[in-house]
Amino acid sequence: MATPPLAVALPHRSVWPLGLAVAVLVAAVLVGAAVGPAGVPLDAVVRIILSRLTGADLAGGLPRQWQDIVWEIRLPRVILAGLVGASLALAGATYQAIFRNPLADPYLIGVAAGAGFGAAIAVVAGWDFTFYQMSPLTIMTFAGALAAAGISYLLARVGRTVPVTTLLLAGVAIGSLASSATSYLIISSGNKGLEIYSWILGGFNDSSWQRLWLLAPYLLPAAVLVLAHGRVLNVMQLDEEQARQLGVNVERVKLLLIGVATLATAAAVSVAGVIGFVGLIVPHFVRLLWGPDHRQLLPLSMVLGAAFLILADVPARTIAAPSEIPVGIITALCGTPFFLLLLRLRQRSVF
Amino acid sequence: MLEIRDLTLSYGERVALRDVSLALAGGELLGVVGPNASGKTSLLRAITGVISPRRGEVRLDGSPVHRLSQRELARRVAVVPQNPSLPEAFTALEVVLMGRTPHLGLLQSEGRADWAAVRRALEETDALHLADRRIGELSGGERQRVLVARALAQEAPLLLLDEPTAHLDVGHQAEVLELVQRLCYREGKAVLAVVHDLTLAAQYCDRLAMLSEGRLVACGSPHEVLSPELLASVYRTRVWVFAHPLSGRPVVTPAMDGTDQRGQATYRQSGFTSESR
Repeated sequence: MATPPLAVALPHRSVWPLGLAVAVLVAAVLVGAAVGPAGVPLDAVVRIILSRLTGADLAGGLPRQWQDIVWEIRLPRVILAGLVGASLALAGATYQAIFRNPLADPYLIGVAAGAGFGAAIAVVAGWDFTFYQMSPLTIMTFAGALAAAGISYLLARVGRTVPVTTLLLAGVAIGSLASSATSYLIISSGNKGLEIYSWILGGFNDSSWQRLWLLAPYLLPAAVLVLAHGRVLNVMQLDEEQARQLGVNVERVKLLLIGVATLATAAAVSVAGVIGFVGLIVPHFVRLLWGPDHRQLLPLSMVLGAAFLILADVPARTIAAPSEIPVGIITALCGTPFFLLLLRLRQRSVF
Repeated sequence: MLEIRDLTLSYGERVALRDVSLALAGGELLGVVGPNASGKTSLLRAITGVISPRRGEVRLDGSPVHRLSQRELARRVAVVPQNPSLPEAFTALEVVLMGRTPHLGLLQSEGRADWAAVRRALEETDALHLADRRIGELSGGERQRVLVARALAQEAPLLLLDEPTAHLDVGHQAEVLELVQRLCYREGKAVLAVVHDLTLAAQYCDRLAMLSEGRLVACGSPHEVLSPELLASVYRTRVWVFAHPLSGRPVVTPAMDGTDQRGQATYRQSGFTSESR
């Protein structure tokens, strides 16, 4: 006998939020590639991108200069901003899910402070070499970020388990230790202090196609693994004991997902500095609009995180051109009022 | 189904259970009773492998619990925890669906069998109309029904309940326990329920196990376990036990025999003693 249909609506996983988010992302990419000191019309941007991607000659008649600006300068920067935004939003959503804490962001367990400390050492030491196209600054930032997170994780171990509250506290402690060391390096190193500080604030001013490879190899596996755990992360919203009773290997999931999210964050920070706000707010924004189901929340956070950071980078590089405003200032300045408005309009509990 | 042998359990220095042995078969409803901190919840946690025993072992259908993966264990044992945290933004249906977790692979979505199990669980617990409601909007009794439905959706042969009637009014208490009885008798599930209320435990359970300070002090029919002498020594208070007028099972109330804890006269009732049955 066939089972009669459930008399209630199934939790619908409609595709339109994702479709909408992707449309927003595409629009953000085009705007990001079109806007700048030399304005390039949108249709020209589309033709240049399509001609490069397909090899068809669609860009004939457009100034050679436009083609270089769009393809060699703006597009790498736009895509890098997108990858960083996607990494931070994904890591933020992952941390919020695993720590069951709405205040969690990608820098929760000391990644930002560790990265800043690594960067400060690299600048103060004044090393000059490249290793597989990575500058000392990139290497030290990445290493500092991973070291801080790794030490926090080891400190928080209790037997075979890592209680998330302990991990959070260890992260805060390691973070403030690294921050104070960084502050000391900043004030004691004269002119180099400003260099450290402006690096920490973050930005995309030295983007190139090659630089994308510093981040993409970390973001891709992180995205695959975290998205695959969407349903499991829903179950972990109960609490760890209930998740265990429902068959989830909680410690393994925590180690795996914190691991890949931290790697992606460290890579993002090593190419773009410590950009705040994206990882905290984008997942909340998605949750407010479309609810707490991680199977939907995680991909939407990635796509909208990318779009948000691409759009935030446009004023960062144009308002005070030719100099730049750190993009982290823009993300907070533009995002906060919008988010607070949304928070007031939607009063129901969503976390 | 469930076999517990010489189980000793401790949290650091504090011993929670000492040499407890119990067995439970399908279609049997065992009530675990005892004062606060007597080890009732620890017993449940040992069965679900949350804490590993210092000595002895817990076996499910012959396999030791500590050898089973988290997933295999969740297919055999479903738990209704006591007053657990539930994310308020999820709907009741989403929470009941989580019961299917041990049956689903990482990338698998719920299929026909899962929907059928969830539907049956919702019908069984009379919670179908709650499916679309958010957890934050449910009353205590409704939340409890959703939790039982989640455990049923797990389709495990052993069901553990940690004080399923706590915080419920008498109507909901009867409803939940009648449901548990039905699952046990009709579906052949083995059910182990921690019940604080001795009278309720006696009315609904075939067999009671009494824990005191981590030891199993009695196990048997409600009449055997709920003797005034044992209750007085375990609960350190005098109680009055008499037969329920319809079921004949024991009813337990405080003795109210004229003295409070400081020995002052408070209440006088003539004609009965605390030992009367």
